[in-house]
Amino acid sequence: MISLLLILISSLFFVGIIVKTKAKIAARKMPSVLQPVYDVVRLFKKGAVYSQTTSAIFKMAPLVYFASVFLAVLFIPIGSQKALLSFDGDFVFFAYLLGIGKFMMIIAAMDTGSGFEGMGANREALYSMLVEPAFFILVGSVALFTNNVSFQDLFLHLKLDTNLYYIIGIASIYVFVYIAMVENSRMPVDDPKTHLELTMVHEVMILDNSGFDLALIHIVTWLKFSIYGALISNFIISNSWAIYWQIAAFFGIQLAFSLTVGILEAFKARNKMEKNPQWIIMLSAISIVVFLTVLIITEKIILN
Amino acid sequence: MMIELENISRIRNNQSIDLNKITALSYHAFFDLSIKLFEQESKHCLTYFAYKKDKGLQFIMAVADDENHDIILLSHFLKSSEKQELKSLSETIFALHIFESEIHENFGVDFLNHPWLKPVRFAHNRANKKSQISNYPFYAIQSEELHEVGVGPIHAGIIEPGHFRFICNGENVLHLEIQFGWQHRGVEQLFLDKKHNLQRNILAENIAGDTVIGHTSTFVQTMEALADKQVSEQTQIERALALELERIAIHTGDIGALCTDAAYHLGSNVFAILRTLIINFTQFWCGNRFGKSLIRLGGTHLPFTEEFKKELLEVLLKFEKQFNEMAYVTYHLPSIQNRFDFVGTVSQKQARLIGTVGVSARMSQIERDIRVSHPNFAYQKYPYKTITAEKGDVFARFLLKKKEIARSIAWIRNLMDNYQFEASKTEKPNYNLTLQTNKLAISINEAWRGEVCHCAITNEEGNLEHYKITDPSLHNWKALELSLRNVEISDFPINNKSYNLSYCGHDL
Repeated sequence: MISLLLILISSLFFVGIIVKTKAKIAARKMPSVLQPVYDVVRLFKKGAVYSQTTSAIFKMAPLVYFASVFLAVLFIPIGSQKALLSFDGDFVFFAYLLGIGKFMMIIAAMDTGSGFEGMGANREALYSMLVEPAFFILVGSVALFTNNVSFQDLFLHLKLDTNLYYIIGIASIYVFVYIAMVENSRMPVDDPKTHLELTMVHEVMILDNSGFDLALIHIVTWLKFSIYGALISNFIISNSWAIYWQIAAFFGIQLAFSLTVGILEAFKARNKMEKNPQWIIMLSAISIVVFLTVLIITEKIILN
Repeated sequence: MMIELENISRIRNNQSIDLNKITALSYHAFFDLSIKLFEQESKHCLTYFAYKKDKGLQFIMAVADDENHDIILLSHFLKSSEKQELKSLSETIFALHIFESEIHENFGVDFLNHPWLKPVRFAHNRANKKSQISNYPFYAIQSEELHEVGVGPIHAGIIEPGHFRFICNGENVLHLEIQFGWQHRGVEQLFLDKKHNLQRNILAENIAGDTVIGHTSTFVQTMEALADKQVSEQTQIERALALELERIAIHTGDIGALCTDAAYHLGSNVFAILRTLIINFTQFWCGNRFGKSLIRLGGTHLPFTEEFKKELLEVLLKFEKQFNEMAYVTYHLPSIQNRFDFVGTVSQKQARLIGTVGVSARMSQIERDIRVSHPNFAYQKYPYKTITAEKGDVFARFLLKKKEIARSIAWIRNLMDNYQFEASKTEKPNYNLTLQTNKLAISINEAWRGEVCHCAITNEEGNLEHYKITDPSLHNWKALELSLRNVEISDFPINNKSYNLSYCGHDL
């Protein structure tokens, strides 16, 4: 229960901190870290406008998207705090929960019949597909390493105590940071700020959503960031720490994560669209390094 | 009868000529001579238009001759009793396609074998009223695999209306066609309808909002040439100074806009701030950030003084320091280079074929610059050395803008060091100029985007009979279409922004 609360609380600030960081670096002012929250509250008060070409799928999609990601949150433990739900192999379930949400958004975008949204849906599907191996190879490796197959047990038994183990930790964090960036359509794959129909990926898919639906979609973005932040924190937080240290460390890591995203985005231009697949496959390559390291540590491969 | 090249009529920039002194040719001779002229790389078409005269159509073509630093004028006449049909020059010289299309649209003259005869801007007084935006003949490919993407005329940003139609194979663009004609302003006709020169002067300021100085200074030079009015040296120098300031401001804004499109927000913000420095100086000088009200017929209300000089030098010093600092970071940033390099290349051969001008020509190593080839007084006294880029891609345009800013600043510094400004050296504007009868005057200027060409013709009573405006965008839009060939559709925004062509300059 505590882990759910922590993730929900940290999600409120996440996007605000990213924007604030970017604004600070670019010598601009930004109203408040809570501005995204105010925006969502405003959106909740509004009604939604639906295009006449859309069907029930379009109305359903944001709710399914939100529900699936919210359900996924329940599987995340933090340090010694147990997840609400857990069973063997739940990380596969977790990945496809996110997948269901994304699938609904993609078909909803196609449902509008807009050429742009079709293009965005096409790109989003491609990138999600490419990022999937990175996630599975990485989590699979950690599972192999700890001999556990649920998120909760896997992280409970994850102890990084020798030098070789640090490779796993650092590589995993690196990959998770960028998986989070791809999943949330941030730089360098996509940029929510450059509003150009032809270049957008995720933003173009939600062009037709408004009011309540749009608010849900924004909340999902926060949650997704927070989920990945929580996963990253699990690589660092040791469950032997006192509970208040764990909570403090969790918020510290979330803050550091959001600052990192902000800084990464501020000093960089986005990728050329055709180079994105290459770039995303790089994440899988790093995951494979983790996988090989685990094989060596667990002596499944013996080096002479 | 074959006219030799030596005998054709030539005038200098900002001069007028008696209408009957313009070489009049049969269309056959005109056709052969044009083909001969455009074989040479030093010649390109400034404008080619027709207007109704007596009982037929008078065609006039102005060709810039970079070697002799003058303008060749050719004409031919098509009687209304004749068949309204001509052999198309565009078949051989593609750069003329837009001018022939325009003549076809306005007067219904058929150009046989024209490779790309399309509506230009759907003017109210077009010949064929049945030609509507809704039945624009788009190029189409019948195929199961390809799809079309239409963008505009209403865009997400606050830009002007224009429709872009892409034929794509997945993410790759096979073909882009740009459709204009959403504005129906009839600017050229307004120049004839408005009789007061102040009205025309203000009209000129509004031909294209981002090229206020470029169009207005060309307009005043044209009218002054028609009236044979000499303006003071300082006024001429001030106009060139304003032109360079406009160039610096817009190029800086463009660099910032390109950063925005590459999602590099640091660069985008800093360049936007720097642009403000320059346009604020223009405001300090004339009260308007874009230089409206600065340039007036026959003189000026707002002379440049030593006080302005001091301020300008300070602004430039501050601008240059910050600009260089930010540019150093931006132009060396690997992700920016990765984004812009090798995208949207237009080769020199292509650029010559379609007859690009200004930045769009210089990006492909074509040294086409009116300040050098047809300099007016200011650029004769303080010469400008033109600069080109090599590859013709987005990065070449991005780089060229930076380099041109440095050149313009150096030019202004040289001017400031060597010229003593005094308000007493200038005259007040004079709107009651008497225009000479039966004359044609032509003026060209290198505005920030490229050459702006205005051409005015008077009748027996000394009234304006025809006023022709050619914005550099008219020559250059084709380059954007070519840039997009076999390029990803997601690269369209950076290509479009790197040219930053004018919609209203096209939709006169």
